[in-house]
Amino acid sequence: MTTSENPGSIRRSASRAPFRPFRNLSAKFAAIPMILTALVVFVGGTLWTVVYSFTNSRLLPKADWVGFKQYDRLWGTRRWQVSIENLMIFGVCSLVLSLIIGFLLAALLDQKIRFEDTFRTIFLYPFAMSFIVTGLAWQWILNPSLGVQNVVRNLGWESFVFDPLNTSSIAIYGILIAALWQGTGFIMCLMLAGLRGIDEDIWKAARVDGIPTWKTYVFIVIPMMRPVFITTLVIIAAGIVKVYDLVVAQTSGGPGIASEVPAKYVYEKMFQSQNLAQGFAASTMMLLAVLIVLIPWAYLEFGGKRRG
Amino acid sequence: MKFTRSLTAAAVIAAASASTATHATELEVTHWWTSGGEAAAVAEFASAFNATGNTWVDGAIAGSGGVARPIIVSRIIGGDPMGATQLNHGRQAEELIEAGLLQDLTELAEAEGWADFVNPSGLLDSCTLDGKIYCVPVNIHSWEWIWLSHQAFEDAGVDVPSDWFEFVEAGPALEAAGKIPLAMGGQGWQQNGAFGVLQYGVGGVDLWRQVNVDKDAEAAAGPEMAKVFEAAAAARELAKDSNVQDWNQATNLVITGQAGGQIMGDWAQGEFQVAEQVAGEDYTCLPGLGVNEIISTGGDAFYFPKLDDPEQTAAQLELASLMISKPVQVAFNLKKGSLPIRGDIDLSAANDCMKKGLEILAAGGVVPTGDMVLTPDTQGQMEDLQTEFWSDLSMTAEEAQERFVDIISDAD
Repeated sequence: MTTSENPGSIRRSASRAPFRPFRNLSAKFAAIPMILTALVVFVGGTLWTVVYSFTNSRLLPKADWVGFKQYDRLWGTRRWQVSIENLMIFGVCSLVLSLIIGFLLAALLDQKIRFEDTFRTIFLYPFAMSFIVTGLAWQWILNPSLGVQNVVRNLGWESFVFDPLNTSSIAIYGILIAALWQGTGFIMCLMLAGLRGIDEDIWKAARVDGIPTWKTYVFIVIPMMRPVFITTLVIIAAGIVKVYDLVVAQTSGGPGIASEVPAKYVYEKMFQSQNLAQGFAASTMMLLAVLIVLIPWAYLEFGGKRRG
Repeated sequence: MKFTRSLTAAAVIAAASASTATHATELEVTHWWTSGGEAAAVAEFASAFNATGNTWVDGAIAGSGGVARPIIVSRIIGGDPMGATQLNHGRQAEELIEAGLLQDLTELAEAEGWADFVNPSGLLDSCTLDGKIYCVPVNIHSWEWIWLSHQAFEDAGVDVPSDWFEFVEAGPALEAAGKIPLAMGGQGWQQNGAFGVLQYGVGGVDLWRQVNVDKDAEAAAGPEMAKVFEAAAAARELAKDSNVQDWNQATNLVITGQAGGQIMGDWAQGEFQVAEQVAGEDYTCLPGLGVNEIISTGGDAFYFPKLDDPEQTAAQLELASLMISKPVQVAFNLKKGSLPIRGDIDLSAANDCMKKGLEILAAGGVVPTGDMVLTPDTQGQMEDLQTEFWSDLSMTAEEAQERFVDIISDAD
């Protein structure tokens, strides 16, 4: 649709889209509110937060610059170090386990079994619950005098000990269990959708060639499901960074500070300790962590396509 | 002179409320008093305020102060102020005052002569910034108590201790009888509070002042403070089997005789009352751990955000004057189980523990609380440190003291 209103576009290289600002005007007009929201609220808010993390703001934002002092204090704080460590453990375990369990469940459901709908509903059901409800339910299940430990002891194994939420060294795994229970059903559904998107003919061809089922999954089906895996990865990763309510409901960061997470640190510094700048510094570090993961991924994902 | 005072006070209120005489003004009051006894106490305020022809709109926020304070503060900052709000006086509202968001009550306070009857006077000082008064203290709560279960000590075959050191000695006997010597809720504010009490009890008031008021890092690193940390480590050892979270669950362990004692503020008394236990017969309370008989004078106060409507402003002053008046103070504090802020009223209905508190108050054995001298930021850091220390038995007293010194030297 290159018309004479924009003759410059003809000379541009063919691979680039021509610049036509007035085409589809109504659509562009309709997008303005969202563009403004994105720029002002997200980008603007983020920049403001980063800028004010270099100040000495307490209850109210003040432009009293102190350089990297807030960051010094942040990384010298034991609680923040524990939070980061917990996020790492929680992140890696939850990423790997929910992908594996989700995919296995999906593959099993995909064997044309009976009552597939029923199973799918059962597995997906926890996802309909809020983190607070999940957290409380699992707090009771993991409570030594009410839940699993008590049940097993009543069955006769008197010395059985399973008390993750009151044991500092493994408290974060107690939270991980609840998170997996809540989230894997959803991952399973995404995977199942991906599996259903694979053409029947591919399976038939693999069978004709005599390739075993597990090999078909690992070498043919999974590589074909790449887009689904990437979507899933982004969803899981976003959930990991913002994990907060589950911890509040299950342990409130305890015992001691054993199950603290960064998001909780940010909230408490900003609103309970009335130290905005410290909270800003912590949230800037969280943003940085997300960017470190996101930028290489975006480069590989989108940069690669342009070259192709 | 008293007469002219009350006349001028009436004039101040009347001048401000001249236009309200005909119709009632609604004031929303936010607070976090939601447990049984607390709600009954708030109802005393509400009915007294409604009797003046205004309307009390109750804005109770469930949860503790830690939950409610951010909501209250963000409403004031965000331009949706309530008519009046509970806060703990001290440094929590400092920046709100500096930003000019809170009502100045100086005129009313001078007219009514608050400075003459508020006892201890430190309460009014912590409402004051740059010579102006911004809040109405309504009650005194003190942290410095240990609550002892007579039944637990009877079962263990030892006498009920009369101070902290005897309590520590009785620890092994309690343990042998299958009791938890010291009940301790696993939340930072409780552990930090108990540590503060140990600081008064074991370290003494002077040391406490040096460390918390003057922020003297040398004193915090000194051998006297090391004793406090060792006492805390001993207390941690006594509390290691206590696996409850909330303070009232811990108090319940003491009430039922499963635990020997609990270091907790005087609000624990309400729990004993509800369980129909009698002070001196079923339980003993020792102020200042029985070592240094002092109480701190923390407590609650009401602040009044600036409002545009002059009628509402008048109603705010009316409410402020009401809260500090004699009959309301008596009715409120008896329900709440706290001590009144006026030195000139008679609380003959008070129970044994409350009377002990009143005596100490009359004798002037009072100290400020952490809320008054430390910023919420510093308090938060200390809570983090204490909750880690109490839950991690491998952390030594020296290590904790080292980090405590860091916090004190950074504090402002």
